[in-house]
Amino acid sequence: MMKPKGWRELTPGAVILEAGNAVEFKTGSWRAFRPVWREENCIQCLFCWLYCPDMAVIVRDGKRADFNYDYCKGCGICALECPGKKGNKAIIMQEEGK
Amino acid sequence: MATELRLKELSKKEELFTHGHRLCAGCGAPIIVKMVLLASEYPVIACSSTGCLEVSSCISEYTAWKIPWIHSAFENAAATIAGVESMYKALKKKGRADKEIKFVTFCGDGGTYDIGLQSLSGAMERGHDMLYICYDNGAYMNTGIQRSSATPLGADTTTSPAGSVVPGKLQQRKDLTKIMAAHNIPYAAQASPSHWLDLMKKVRKALKIKGPKFMNILSPCNRGWRSRTDDAIMLSRLAVQTCYWPLYEVEDGVTRITFKPKEKKPIVDFLKPQGRFKHLFNPENEWIIKKFQEMTDKEWELLLKSS
Repeated sequence: MMKPKGWRELTPGAVILEAGNAVEFKTGSWRAFRPVWREENCIQCLFCWLYCPDMAVIVRDGKRADFNYDYCKGCGICALECPGKKGNKAIIMQEEGK
Repeated sequence: MATELRLKELSKKEELFTHGHRLCAGCGAPIIVKMVLLASEYPVIACSSTGCLEVSSCISEYTAWKIPWIHSAFENAAATIAGVESMYKALKKKGRADKEIKFVTFCGDGGTYDIGLQSLSGAMERGHDMLYICYDNGAYMNTGIQRSSATPLGADTTTSPAGSVVPGKLQQRKDLTKIMAAHNIPYAAQASPSHWLDLMKKVRKALKIKGPKFMNILSPCNRGWRSRTDDAIMLSRLAVQTCYWPLYEVEDGVTRITFKPKEKKPIVDFLKPQGRFKHLFNPENEWIIKKFQEMTDKEWELLLKSS
C-alpha cells in the first residue's frame, strides 16, 4: 500500500495517472471461504473466469490455471456456476483456516 | 480484427477493469463492466456517476480502470460523457485526432432512473454518439439500501421498511428501458449478466450504431437483496426466466425479444431466495405476490404483442 499523500503532492484535480493501480490493493484478506480448484473435474468452460467479479481466476492461453488468492474475496459465484464433470464440481468452497 | 465472442478467445484479451477494486464480494457490477469492456472492439472512454461502482473503483489514489475514466456527479454522467464526445468530435474536425473512440457510461439505477434522468434524457435527445449503460441493482445500495424508482414492488429497503404499517415498497418500478425507447433513439436494450452472450452481442451491436444508445443491465446486489454472496448469476438468470427482467432490444422502433424462456417460471422463484421479499410470504402480504405476478404477466404479454 502506498503512503497517503498530502494535498501539495496530489495531482491537479486529483487525477490518477497510473491506470489500473488498484492492483496494489490486495482484497484477498476479505475472504472467509476459499475456492479450491479440482483440475480433474474441470471441463475448461471458463465460466468461473467470466463470472468472477474480482478477476481472480487466472487463464493462460485460453486454459484455466489456478485462482489468484491475492484478490479473491471468496464470494463463491465460481463454485455455484461451475458445471463440473459428471456432477462433480471442479470448484468447491472451503472455510479459511481449516 | 474482432475477437470472436467465445470465452477462450475473449480470455486472451486484456482485462480493462482490474482486481483490487473494493466492491463487495459477489457484486454484479464488476461482472457487467468486465463483460462490456471485453465485448467492445473499440477503445473506450467511460464515465460513472456517483454510486457503488464509482466509489469502490477509485478510492483515493487508486483506480481499477485501465481506460480513461471520469467520475461525474450523481445527476450528470450523461452530460459529462456528452461533453467529452463533443470535445473529441471538435478535435477530429481540427485534425488533431483520428482514432475511432467509443464513449460509454456506467451508472447505477439511482443515478439513472431518478437523479440523472434529466441529463440522460437531454443527451439522448441531442443525439450524442454514446452508449449509456445502467447497472440496475434496484435501490441506492451505496448509501445503505434506500428505495429508488427501480426498486420492485414489495421490496424491503431502509426507506420502505417492511413492518406492521407498510409491507415494503408500495409502488411499482419504473420501466426505464421503455422510457428510453420512447426517445426514438436508434438502440435501446435490456440485458442480464447471466446471459452473457446476449449481453455482449448487444454491446457490440450498440457500439457499431452511430447516435445515442441505452442499455439497462440487471445487477444483483447481495447486500441489498439480502441474498447469498454466491447467487448473483443465479438470481439474474431467474429474473430472466420468470420474465421479471425480459431480454429484448428496440432498434429503430422495432422491438425484438432476444430470449424467450421455454417455460415461464412463477415469480415466486425469483422472490423466494431474496431476504428483501421475505415478509411477502406472510399470509397478510400474499396479495403483493399475486399483484407482482399479474404485473409481470401483463408486461410480458404487452412485450410479446409489441414484438
